[in-house]
Amino acid sequence: MTGSMNFSRLNFSRTRVWRTLACAVLLLVVSVSLAANWLAPAGYAKQYREAADAAPSHAHWLGTDEIGRDRFARVLYGTRISLLLAPAAALLSTLMAALVGGLAGYLGGAWARGAMAVTDLFLSLPWLFLLITVRALMPLNVSPLVSVLVTFLMLGLLGWTSAARVLCSTAGSLRDSDFVRQAKASGIRGARLFWIHVLPNLKPVLYAQFWISIPAFILSEANLGILGLGVAEPMPSWGSLLKELEGLVSVGEEPWKFVPLILLVVVVTSFQLVLSKQEELSA
Amino acid sequence: MLRRKIARHAFAIVATVLLGGLLSSALVRLAPGFDVDESQLDPHLNSESIRALHQARLEQHNLYRFYFHSLQRAAHGDLGTSISLGQPVSQLLRERAPLTLRLVGIGLLLSWAMAMALALSAAWLRVSAYDALTTAISGTFLCIPAAVLALLSVLWNVPGALAIGLIVFPRVYRYARNLLAKAYSLPHIITARAKGLSELRILFWHVVPVAGPQLLAVAGVSVSLAVGAAIPVEALCGLAGVGQLAWQAALARDLPLLTNLTILVTLVTLLANSSAEVIGHMLRGQEA
Repeated sequence: MTGSMNFSRLNFSRTRVWRTLACAVLLLVVSVSLAANWLAPAGYAKQYREAADAAPSHAHWLGTDEIGRDRFARVLYGTRISLLLAPAAALLSTLMAALVGGLAGYLGGAWARGAMAVTDLFLSLPWLFLLITVRALMPLNVSPLVSVLVTFLMLGLLGWTSAARVLCSTAGSLRDSDFVRQAKASGIRGARLFWIHVLPNLKPVLYAQFWISIPAFILSEANLGILGLGVAEPMPSWGSLLKELEGLVSVGEEPWKFVPLILLVVVVTSFQLVLSKQEELSA
Repeated sequence: MLRRKIARHAFAIVATVLLGGLLSSALVRLAPGFDVDESQLDPHLNSESIRALHQARLEQHNLYRFYFHSLQRAAHGDLGTSISLGQPVSQLLRERAPLTLRLVGIGLLLSWAMAMALALSAAWLRVSAYDALTTAISGTFLCIPAAVLALLSVLWNVPGALAIGLIVFPRVYRYARNLLAKAYSLPHIITARAKGLSELRILFWHVVPVAGPQLLAVAGVSVSLAVGAAIPVEALCGLAGVGQLAWQAALARDLPLLTNLTILVTLVTLLANSSAEVIGHMLRGQEA
C-alpha cells in the first residue's frame, strides 16, 4: 500500500516536472519570438543576394534560404505569427463553440438537434479536406497580411464543431441540474440564467477546448502552408518554413533546415503536456 | 430494431449528403470570382457568342435551380466537367479512386497493426516505463504535421501507404490504449487473471467483447482520418489519386470538382462511421 502510494506520488511529481518544463519551454519560445524585432532587426524579408542558400555562419545562424533571406530571422518571425495567431483562432473557435454548443444544449429540443445536425455535417468531412475546400473558396492571390488573417480566421471559424458537441452535452446536463432549477424557481430566466449560471460552469470544458485547439491549429496551418494554401510569401509561418523541406535530397545534407520542424514538434509537445492538466481539470 | 437503426443511418446519410451538397453549392456561389468567365474577354468572340456564354451561365443564378439540375445530372452519372482539367469529373474519379482506395486501405491496415501491437503490449506488460515509451512514440508522431511526414516519406523513399499509416497510427493508438487499459482494469479481468487464465484467453474472451464495439467506432473515425491524410501524401508524393485531385482543384479554385469531391468524401466517411456503429450494435446485441 505504502509502496503504491509512493509510486503514485513519484509519478505525480514526475508529471508535474514535465508540465513545468513544458510551460518554461513555451514561455521561452514565446519570449524569444516576441523579441524578434531586436534579435533580427533586418526583418524576415531582407535578401542577402551575395549569400543565397548559405550554410550557417556568424552572420546567419541558420543560414539563408534560396533567395538569400536569413533563416533565423524567418524562424523567429514565423514562430511569432504562428504562436500569436493560433491562440487567437483557438479563442474564436472556443467562443463559437460556447455560443453554438452551449446555447443549443441549454435550450435543448429542436435547437440542440438542429445545432448537432450542423456539427455532424462539418464533422463528417476530414478536417484537412474541409480546410482546403473552404480555403479554395476564398481568393488565393491576396496580400501576405490578408493571407495570414484568412488562414487563421478560417481555422477559428471552422474549428468549433467538435468542441460544440462536448459543450452541448455538458450544457444539456446542466440544464437539468438542481441549481439551475432552483435559479429558475427564483425567477431567473433566459439570457441571464445562461450567462450567470450555465456559462461559468462550462468554463473548465472551455479552457480544455481552448488548449486542445492551439496545437491542432498550429499543425493545420503547417499542413496548409506546405500544401501552398496557407500564409503567402514573403510572410513567414511554420507552414511556409517547413515547405523548404520539399527540396531536400538527404537529411544529412542540410540538417539546419530541420530547425523549424524541431521547434514545431517541441512547441506542440509542450502544448500537449500542458493540455493533459487542462483535461484533468475539465474531467 | 436493427433494421430501424440501419434505416435511420441511411436516412441520416442521404440527408447529410443532400444538405452538404446544397451548402457546397451555396458556398461556391458566394465565393469571390463566381460567375466570371475569362472566355467572355476573348477578343475573337462576337457579341452573339458572348451572349450565348452569358445565357449558359444564367441557370447558375438561382441556387435551388442550379442545385436541382446538378442533382438531376448526378442521378444520370454526369457530375459535371472540371474547369482546370477540362475532363468529366466522373471520369477523373474513375481513374483516380482505385489508387486512393488502395493507399487508404493499406494505410489503415498498417496504422491499426502498429497501434494495436503497441496498445496490446502496453496493456499486457503493465510496465510504466514501457507505457511511457509507447506513448512517447505515438506522441511524437502526433506532433509532426501530416504534410511533413509525407515529405519525409519522399525523402526516405517510404511508400505512401506507410506514410498514411504513420499519420493515422498515433490517433488510433491513443484511443485503443485507453480502451484496452480500461477493459484490463475491470474486476472480472482481474478475477480471470487470479484464476490463472492465459493472457490470450483473457484477451479474446474477456477484453475484446468489452472494448470491441468502441474499437469499431474508432475504426469508423480512422477511415475519415486516413482519407484526410491521403491529401498531403498524394499531393507531395506525386501519387495521382483523389487526394491529389482535391489539392489540385483547391489550388486552381476548380469549384465544381471540389464540390463533387466534398460530397463523395462525406459519403465515404459517413458510410464508414455508420457501418462501424451498426456492426458494433450487432455485436452488442449478440452479447446480450
